[in-house]
Amino acid sequence: MAVLLAVSLVVFLAVFAVGDPVELLINPEATQHEREMMVRALGLDRPVWMQYLTFLGNAMQGDLGISFVHGEPALQIIIERMPATFELVFFALLIASLVGIPLGLYVGLNSDASLSRAIMTGSILGYSIPNFWKGMMLILLLSVWLHWLPTSGRGETVDILGIPVSFLTWDGVRHLVMPVLNLAIPNTALMIRLTASGAAEARTQDYVKFARAKGVRPQRIVRRHILRNILIPVITVLGIEFGALIAFSTITETVFAWPGMGKLLITSIYRLDRPVVVSYVMLITFLFVLINLIVDLIYAALDPRVKLMDRAP
Amino acid sequence: MSGALLDVRGLRTVFHFLEGAYPAVDGISFTMRSGEVLGLVGESGSGKSVAGLSLIGLIDPPGEVVEGEVLFKGRNLRTIGESALRQVRGKEIAMIFQDSLAALNPVLTVSEQMVEAIREHADVPLPAARERVIAALRQVGISSPETRIDQYPHEFSGGMRQRVAIATALLNKPDLIIADEPTTALDVTIQGQILAEMQTLARETGTALIWITHDLGVVSELADRVAVMYAGRIVEIGGIDDVLDRPCHPYTQGLLDSIPAENAPGSRLRQIDGTAPSLAARPVGCAFRLRCQRAGPLCAEREPDVTEGPSGQSWRCHHPIPQGDRP
Ligand SMILES: Nc1ncnc2c1ncn2[C@@H]1O[C@H](COP(=O)(O)OP(=O)(O)OP(=O)(O)O)[C@@H](O)[C@H]1O
Ligand code: SF4
Ligand SMILES: [Mg+2]
Repeated sequence: MAVLLAVSLVVFLAVFAVGDPVELLINPEATQHEREMMVRALGLDRPVWMQYLTFLGNAMQGDLGISFVHGEPALQIIIERMPATFELVFFALLIASLVGIPLGLYVGLNSDASLSRAIMTGSILGYSIPNFWKGMMLILLLSVWLHWLPTSGRGETVDILGIPVSFLTWDGVRHLVMPVLNLAIPNTALMIRLTASGAAEARTQDYVKFARAKGVRPQRIVRRHILRNILIPVITVLGIEFGALIAFSTITETVFAWPGMGKLLITSIYRLDRPVVVSYVMLITFLFVLINLIVDLIYAALDPRVKLMDRAP
Repeated sequence: MSGALLDVRGLRTVFHFLEGAYPAVDGISFTMRSGEVLGLVGESGSGKSVAGLSLIGLIDPPGEVVEGEVLFKGRNLRTIGESALRQVRGKEIAMIFQDSLAALNPVLTVSEQMVEAIREHADVPLPAARERVIAALRQVGISSPETRIDQYPHEFSGGMRQRVAIATALLNKPDLIIADEPTTALDVTIQGQILAEMQTLARETGTALIWITHDLGVVSELADRVAVMYAGRIVEIGGIDDVLDRPCHPYTQGLLDSIPAENAPGSRLRQIDGTAPSLAARPVGCAFRLRCQRAGPLCAEREPDVTEGPSGQSWRCHHPIPQGDRP
């Protein structure tokens, strides 16, 4: 709660400092009177602190303001864009885990194999190539040259429980592939490195040797003794990445014209649409807090040494 | 030697470093009968743990067992292959680690880690395996094992974890237990307690025991025979009374002199001068010669071979201590 409050204040002031939205919003031909009417209607004539308090009061009731540009509640506009971003991030992390963890495990357990070196080299590349460049290369390769995939947009969606999703239609999947890949590549690399270093460390531990001395089969040693220990940092990082990707998928969404929250943020910043920007940051902060909580819960479930009581901040 | 439970011949384990390969265990040989307790003593770094691990093929790179045979019930464990060896480990030969606090996986329950020791070797239903685990825990003196079994290692005290490791080794009634200083991490009272328990257990079940320690005092209470290791070699081996009462190797004598009970109360312990040489810095000739008061020119020239005494006691020394002539 304290986090949310602090963030709200900082963001509110920061947005205030960036510029006066009136200049952008109001028809340059408007008369002075019209201007003042508009400013008063938007509440921009009052002092900053009053604007903030009003904002805070409304925020308590779940009202984060009306978008200057769209004329709709800011929160609603963002939430409408959320499923698209979530879908992207979810599949990106799913792929990153399904590919990255087994590869990382292989590397960690066979650090001298030449395949391991190849995987590690690949992961360095995957991690260090800038997102926008990688996105454009993907478009160039898969759309422009090979004509396999559409360059941008979200494609056809179907509703599940009222939430529009695109992975159930062929057209949707075709649109989904490239942006998901773009987000998945660096995260796969991250998972590989994380799992590999975890496995390399775990396999030299005494408990692994003791398990071998007990005659436990190698597969079981990997599955129960090693993987179980690696999963703890992996889950933590996945949680952090989930939040980070939702907040910062802006570049990928922009490159692929994906109609998600990130793209909305960029547009809103350009148009100085304060309520949307502020709501966005508030929402993301809330998400981060929520994700942290969930990660802590999973962490406690995975690591018997952790008791939630001890970790309360 | 037929009928021996374990017959180790010329076992040699090296560690590969950039500069070359250094032997941590340098051609050790010994035999054991069923139910026998062998004390393996030596200073830190003499190669006791490496020897124990080498027996059951648990040496990892940069280490490598390069020579020798480990004949266990007639089969050479070095050549039977990894999957056959896995069947032997934990079932016929169990090992208790030097640091058994680190030997338990922190994120798995004690029951899972003990049950797997049973179920990886035999098709035992889970409830039956749990019963055996509970019985083994009770055997080593853990109270209310029914409730403690599902706890995690960190919920056990150091002494209790040590007992868990010992109980784990006992689960499959192995023919041989290699116990690598299982009591050093514990305080003296618990040490004595566990020592006595292990002895009883070994006697009751007919399990042979290799008890690794740097403490000759412990060995004198427990062992039937004792092997003294120095710089990767067994420098003296024999019946416990023979070796402790009539040591032939100067190093054994040095170890004996540093046991408190051997000295008059209040007198200063006589430590062996100098420290054990590191792997890379072993001198030519007898490895002990730089610390040895009996060393002569021959000792610098070549390594002493094994000399066998009348009662099965044997030593590696050019100038062994003559019987009845105590310094
Ligand atoms: N994993 C390893 N890598 C490199 N050298 C090793 C390794 N394990 C053991 N050694 C070396 O082998 C030698 C014998 O070590 P070992 O652990 O067997 O001694 P120890 O007799 O058990 O001593 P302690 O009483 O301290 O346990 C030492 O010089 C040690 O440095
Ligand atoms: S061989 Fe020589 S140096 Fe080595 S222990 Fe015997 S007397 Fe001492
Ligand atoms: Mg040791």
